[in-house]
Amino acid sequence: MLSFTIRRLLFAIPTLLVISLIIFLLLDLSPGDPTSNLPLTIPAEVKEQIRVSLGLGQPFHIRYLKWLQQFFVNEPLNVLEQLTGFTIGDSAGRMRVISWQTRSPVVDLIIQRLPQTLWVVGLSYVVGILIAVPIGVISAYRQYSWFDQIGTFVSMVGFSVPTFFTGLVMIVIFSVHLGWLPSIYDTNLRVTDLASFWAQVKQMIMPVMVLALYNAAQISRFMRASMLDNLSQDYVRTARAKGLRERTVVLIHVLRNSLIPVVTVIALGIPNIFSGAIITEQIFRVNGLGQLLITGIQGADLPLVQTLTFIFAALIVIFNLIADLLYGILDPRIRYD
Amino acid sequence: MRLRSILLGATAGALCATAASAERGADGQLNILYWQAISIMTPYLSSGTKDIEAASLVIEPLARANEKGELVPFLAAEIPTVENGGVSEDLTTITWKLNPAITWSDGTAVTADDAIFTWQYCTHPEGGCAQAPYFDDVSNIEAVDPTTIKITFSVPKPYPYTAFVGAQSPILQKAQFANCLGVNASTCTEANTKPIGTGPFVVTDFKANDVVLLAANPNYRDPAKPAFANVVLKGGGDAASAAQSVLSTGEFDYAWNAQVEPEILAQMAAGGKGEVISAFGTLVERLHVNQTDPSPSLGEERSTRAHPHPFLTDENVVKALSLAIDREVLVETGYGEAGKPTCNLVPAPELSASPNNDWCLKQDIATANKLLDDAGWVMGSDNVRAKDGKRLSVLYQTSVNSVRQGAQALIKQWWNEIGVEVELRQIDGGVFFGGDAGSPDTLQKFYADIEMYADNFEGTDAQRYLGNWVCNETPGPANQWQGANTSRWCDDAYDAEYATMGTIAGAEARGQLAIKLNDMIVNAPGIIPLIHRGRVSTKSNTLGGVAMNPYDSELWNAADWFRVK
Repeated sequence: MLSFTIRRLLFAIPTLLVISLIIFLLLDLSPGDPTSNLPLTIPAEVKEQIRVSLGLGQPFHIRYLKWLQQFFVNEPLNVLEQLTGFTIGDSAGRMRVISWQTRSPVVDLIIQRLPQTLWVVGLSYVVGILIAVPIGVISAYRQYSWFDQIGTFVSMVGFSVPTFFTGLVMIVIFSVHLGWLPSIYDTNLRVTDLASFWAQVKQMIMPVMVLALYNAAQISRFMRASMLDNLSQDYVRTARAKGLRERTVVLIHVLRNSLIPVVTVIALGIPNIFSGAIITEQIFRVNGLGQLLITGIQGADLPLVQTLTFIFAALIVIFNLIADLLYGILDPRIRYD
Repeated sequence: MRLRSILLGATAGALCATAASAERGADGQLNILYWQAISIMTPYLSSGTKDIEAASLVIEPLARANEKGELVPFLAAEIPTVENGGVSEDLTTITWKLNPAITWSDGTAVTADDAIFTWQYCTHPEGGCAQAPYFDDVSNIEAVDPTTIKITFSVPKPYPYTAFVGAQSPILQKAQFANCLGVNASTCTEANTKPIGTGPFVVTDFKANDVVLLAANPNYRDPAKPAFANVVLKGGGDAASAAQSVLSTGEFDYAWNAQVEPEILAQMAAGGKGEVISAFGTLVERLHVNQTDPSPSLGEERSTRAHPHPFLTDENVVKALSLAIDREVLVETGYGEAGKPTCNLVPAPELSASPNNDWCLKQDIATANKLLDDAGWVMGSDNVRAKDGKRLSVLYQTSVNSVRQGAQALIKQWWNEIGVEVELRQIDGGVFFGGDAGSPDTLQKFYADIEMYADNFEGTDAQRYLGNWVCNETPGPANQWQGANTSRWCDDAYDAEYATMGTIAGAEARGQLAIKLNDMIVNAPGIIPLIHRGRVSTKSNTLGGVAMNPYDSELWNAADWFRVK
């Protein structure tokens, strides 16, 4: 198992390098740069000067190597310095990855945005799982009952109706007509007492529920299918024949075995939490990573988009590995060595 | 006795009340929503309108245009003119006097050195300053004394109000930005996001692309202002929900740029919590008519002056195309309160707006048909007019944008009615406006017969804008396809007339000249003006003092805003 993990980790390094190169190429070849959105009142020679000041005048490979150095050497050193308080080398002269739009270090922006995304999107994932697992279990156990039909209907709705629609419908109902919940997420709210905690809960309800519905829809279908597979297995009949209580049969024997594929699906979905929910964050104005990415794309802020996309890619590679390892732990029949 | 004391008490109470409402910070918090979030607080490193307007709450220029287009002093004591001796007779220098009552928000004095530093900052060759054109032709800026700034131009400047005038060109504090020259400009995150200024507010917290928190400037020149103690400048989302948060839910006091379908906006405004406000500046949506032949068969020489367009150089054809358009319908379907029909290229300010052109305002298909008939364009069996083997068939391009595409479809229909075949094309905005000489799809390359976009000029003087129409501004291979005369219209009489604009001073006379030049352009076949576009924003009914300014930042007078009780 250990040698498998190490082998996979080592293999991840060239994979990530290739990914970073592809992202860089894609962004570089796509049309438009930060100066193409400037108003027409700005003359061409000024635009050219801005381009040069952003480093766009250099050839492609130089810019790519520069980014590699900034991201893999300078930024980790910087984080190390901040954590330990030591000064390593020439820390003031070390170039960090600077966002073109905001002229501030990209990593600082990401650190600023991460908590909101983890809270809102992460919570919605947890809520989604908590809703999905019971629904999946009951739907499978009572297949084709009215509960199963309704569950199927709700998950189809959650799966097929896009979040930008459910989000807007919720705003119209709960903010505009009823006036119960705020439509705009207050990112400056500090939870200090019960009142501000309640305000925080109120502003999180809508984005969390919109995303939870979407996540729950997916996971409950997996859960149901996996339960159905297991319910007809021989070991279930054996358990029942042994005289175990139905509760024990379903919740201990069947549920545990059915969770194996579902846990993998859940683990593979975790990187999506970090990449935020671009549309939902934009609708409710949650200042998360998804919203950061979309403003970066709109402003052709290449260093920001490049760094964020690469971090997402790295997370996906890592969680794929984690999912594989979890599989081995949960199912003793699978061994990698 | 009792009555008297009651009366006295009441009077004192009333006095206290008025005194309280005229006190700095008495009106609490102001919530502003910009659906394009604020990235940076200095206009020199960004030319996004949102950033320029956000910065205008904090840093100020010497003077700026008010909502009527007249210059009003901000950091300056008065506006220099030739009459008061502030502008030299030969129009090569302008001398500004700083208002001595003004200090930076940290309490230090504003001096001429700050202005000189700002000039050096923006003109540094490695800085990539977005507002460099504001310092064009400036050969030197010197401090006559600590409160007097003398700007010398290399050529006579009949309109010298460029450097340090307007929200794009505010004065930075030298002490704060001293280490941010050139390549260091982008590493000064603290200074770029929390500039020290002279405006009514100071930045207390800045979250890039999300929210800016500001507080009243304790050293603001007017001790009674600003009325608001705090400002929350939130960003993100889209235009429709921004308008909704002011008009329907009342969560915000002011939302910038309500670029929303007119009927949706009207529906939201019916809620009664706020109102839609608009102001018309200089932005005009127009059709540029290619005066050169864009035919691909010409290879490298397509869309160059070497080959005139086969039929669009004919005044009658272009006039007919213009008359066939119902601009009222375009306004109703796409712009609502944010547009009105126009036949002018320079629609504002009042002194420069031509009163002479209104022939195009009413759609007139009959006259359009007659013009084409008289010019010898005969309707063919395929409902397309032709003459000497040339068919009236045009390729009409614009940027990807729902309003523009809607207008394109309508115009195509009207042109079909008068026997003109139309092919539509849409190009991604980043490419179309990108100016990349390697791309065939830029508005400068103009590999089409007709193209639609909007353009305007900053401030209130049209000289540079009108300068876009002189012959040597024509884009072509010789200048790497840079140049603003996209129509490739060239008239020596116009060039001669335009040259006089470089010598005439005085708002009145310059306005007259602008009208004359405007009339020459709009009656030639190079352009079909469509819509005079305004700014539209939404404000809450509880917010007072807003004077929507189309020539400068919308937040230009935030110091005067107050809460309606």
